[in-house]
Amino acid sequence: MSFLNSSFTYRKIVDRGMAVVCAICFIAAFIPLVSVLWLVISKGAAGLSWAFFTELPRPVGEEGGGIGNALVGTLYMVGLACIIGLPLGVGAGVYLAEKGDGTIGNTVRFMAEVLSGVPSIVIGIVAYALVVIPMGHFSAWAGAVALAILMIPTLARATEELVRLVPGSLREASLALGVPNWKTSLRVIIRTAMGGIVTACLLAVARAAGETAPLLFTALNNQYWNINPSAPTASLTVAIFNYAISPYDDWHAKAWTASLVLLIVVGLLNIASRFLTRSRLKGAR
Amino acid sequence: MKKLLMGAALLLGTAASAQGLLINGAGATFPAPIYQKWFSEYNKLHPDIKFNYQAIGSGGGIKQFSEGTVDFGASDAPMKDDQIAKAPDVVHIPTVLGAVVVAYNAPGMKNLRFSGETLANVFLGKITKWNDPAIVADNPGVKLPDQSIVIARRSDGSGTNAIFTDYLSKVSPEFKTKVGSGTSVNWPVGLGGKGNDGVTGLVKATPGSIGYVELAYAIQQKLTVAELKNKEGNWVKASIESASAAANGVEMPADYRVSITNASGKDSYPIAGFTWLLVHKDSKDAAKGKAIVNFLRWALNDGEKMATPLDYAPLPKEVQERVLKTIDGLTVNGAKVSAK
Amino acid sequence: MAEAAGHLAVEATEDGRSGPGNLGDRVFNGVLWTLGIMILVVAGLIVLNLALVARPLAKEHSLWGFITSVEWNPVEEHFGALTFLYGTLVTSAVSIVVSVPIAIGLGLFITQFAPPKLGRILTIPVELLAAIPSVVYGLWGLFIVVPWLRESIQPWLGKHFGFLPIFQGPPIGLGYMASGLLLAVMILPTIVAVSVEVMKTTPEANREAALALGATKWEAVMMAVIPYSRAGILGAVLLGLGRALGETMAVTMVIGNSPQISASLFAPGYSLPAVIANEFAEATSAVHVGALAGLGLILFATTFLLNAGARVLVTAVQKGPSRVKG
Repeated sequence: MSFLNSSFTYRKIVDRGMAVVCAICFIAAFIPLVSVLWLVISKGAAGLSWAFFTELPRPVGEEGGGIGNALVGTLYMVGLACIIGLPLGVGAGVYLAEKGDGTIGNTVRFMAEVLSGVPSIVIGIVAYALVVIPMGHFSAWAGAVALAILMIPTLARATEELVRLVPGSLREASLALGVPNWKTSLRVIIRTAMGGIVTACLLAVARAAGETAPLLFTALNNQYWNINPSAPTASLTVAIFNYAISPYDDWHAKAWTASLVLLIVVGLLNIASRFLTRSRLKGAR
Repeated sequence: MKKLLMGAALLLGTAASAQGLLINGAGATFPAPIYQKWFSEYNKLHPDIKFNYQAIGSGGGIKQFSEGTVDFGASDAPMKDDQIAKAPDVVHIPTVLGAVVVAYNAPGMKNLRFSGETLANVFLGKITKWNDPAIVADNPGVKLPDQSIVIARRSDGSGTNAIFTDYLSKVSPEFKTKVGSGTSVNWPVGLGGKGNDGVTGLVKATPGSIGYVELAYAIQQKLTVAELKNKEGNWVKASIESASAAANGVEMPADYRVSITNASGKDSYPIAGFTWLLVHKDSKDAAKGKAIVNFLRWALNDGEKMATPLDYAPLPKEVQERVLKTIDGLTVNGAKVSAK
Repeated sequence: MAEAAGHLAVEATEDGRSGPGNLGDRVFNGVLWTLGIMILVVAGLIVLNLALVARPLAKEHSLWGFITSVEWNPVEEHFGALTFLYGTLVTSAVSIVVSVPIAIGLGLFITQFAPPKLGRILTIPVELLAAIPSVVYGLWGLFIVVPWLRESIQPWLGKHFGFLPIFQGPPIGLGYMASGLLLAVMILPTIVAVSVEVMKTTPEANREAALALGATKWEAVMMAVIPYSRAGILGAVLLGLGRALGETMAVTMVIGNSPQISASLFAPGYSLPAVIANEFAEATSAVHVGALAGLGLILFATTFLLNAGARVLVTAVQKGPSRVKG
């Protein structure tokens, strides 16, 4: 080893130096985070108002207006996506944990892993072909399907890990008491893992709420309130995009404020999942 | 549980119907400011009728209309014959006149002039600096900076693009062969902006840039605009008047598909154009068809009065009268629509 | 081991039992199997639909021709993917070059140099970075990063390093450099998270052996941690690269939307996801839509391969060559 020949002081300097370099890397990573958060808060806070949350957007040049319909649209489409995606994703994860040790199981696991990396815009094309073309027009359904396809692989992987974490002794005890296997899986194993599964769902929802690309040509956009799943629907993310690339300064301000709202929504979901994780761990002791 | 589901379905159903009638349209960004104003005003008069207009570019408007994914389209490039073949029952309804202006970001230089040839060469990428001899020749006495020209053009399928390239193809044979005209062309250079908004934003933010946008956008965003040479050889500023002058005396065909770029007339602005709403001759949806026809009647009467304040030129009187007759000829399931 | 016991229990009960339990088991297993297969169904749907939408493209374009052509002419319906492949690769390369050293340094800091409690707290900012939606990064990029590049960084680079072709041309701000930097910030959390996981699996024994031989902390890292986690870190980089390739919104907002190939990082360009995002809703012919779907297929195939490769590498490290139970 070459270092045995170097002086100790030199090696100590290198050691301290590299520790500092690594610390600098942390700061380098920290700077964009602080910058983004600081800017979104400082530029966006001014626009926050009750009107912003509850009003419809106004045409260019008119004062006021808000993102009420976009906020509702996002919540609505993410909700629809959950109805489709949560059962499929969690179900696939349970399958992998309970029965996933064969060839099929391994293939499914591999696919889930790989699919979670597919770009969301590609999923948008798929949803366009699956929903928009047969329906003949843009709709909230199409957006929801796209978001659901995004959620499923990540949920499956997370659920599998969580279910596998449940101690085998619980299953043995339940079976020893005469409970059928399927009931054991449902009532005992999954129920125990439920806290973690909810956490994983919250994170999947947070991700879906922040997606823009798959909504661009599935749900399109809408100037009005909409909870009709067959109609185009506004969303918070598409609203931010449209405001940001416009040339109007007041729309730029709205983009910052809408971003603040989006970050708050995503942030709350993440905090909720963290809170659940901690209380679950505490409870498990 | 069952009760809950039924209750939810009922709620959704009533909510959906309580929303009133929603009519979806998509298309050009060129007239978007005035269309949005029209739809907003019409909604105030008829609160249960909502027009949802998405400005995604003329190309998108034509496509969505042809495929039936929207109820009406909007485009500043009239549909080509092969496009009409896919949507044979389309009717082009001209709504307003606009002008495509050349906006640039060169601080301190107001009223720069570009002849047609120079402009074409700039957008061909042959002229790359602001102090190029050709630009200097068009602007005697002006000190131009030794700065690179950054071109801003459309990245989406655009009627504004069609009008602009149509003009450049008319004044420069080289442009016609190398780039051609249409809603989407093979631009040799330039930053791509999405919609008129996108290009406006690019020009506003990038020093040394030059781009083409609809007049209303340039005025509202206070962009510096160039003077152009028209067919008669006069230098003309873009304005509602010079755009109207270009439409004066134009031979309007029966289907209203016409180009008025490089028009004759001493006050004509060389890059003016009509913009059209694309609707079905015979609508199969009773409620939507009726709403669209009545809206068109309102737009071509009261709507026209809102054009000038928003920096658009209203249609020439003769054209307006003809269009109103065409609107009366639109049918819903074979039957004419009575005025509400 | 506990799972094995659980499975043993399963075999025991399935042995000769009849009655409602067995039916329940069969139904439950059937439902589970269906749900599991859904993943494969989804994968199949993705490939099938992309191929279906892309079919009109195949009539006039060969696969090789499509991949190697720089034409993108919607008027004459000649399409080629090369410009967008170039843009995607360049921006991803920039992001990897900027992000990987910082990510590895950060990973080392969290696992090796910081006290364990601090290490856990430090993962929070990294997770926060990952949670910020792409469109918000795009907004930040458009109004903060682009002007900064245009007014400070690019003029400076052009003045001092302008002899290099990558730093030539007018400083516009928008372009490959802005996209690359945004991507670097966005893929950082991915690379850090996986690297930290992988570095943590280094058996303590290896590190302690190095320290026992008198190595400094850094030398122990170089001798024990890095060689052990090398494959896994490579996997992390591949995952980050996969994410960079597919990133849409932030890139669309700052890349300049210009379908040209240019050697300079200052120049505007276009990437595969950006052109799909901009043109899909408006493509006016089946061939145009097909071309965009074709680009989507290329994206899918590339990210698929990258993710598969990454997974192989990361699991190889986590299973470990020969582990000494500590």
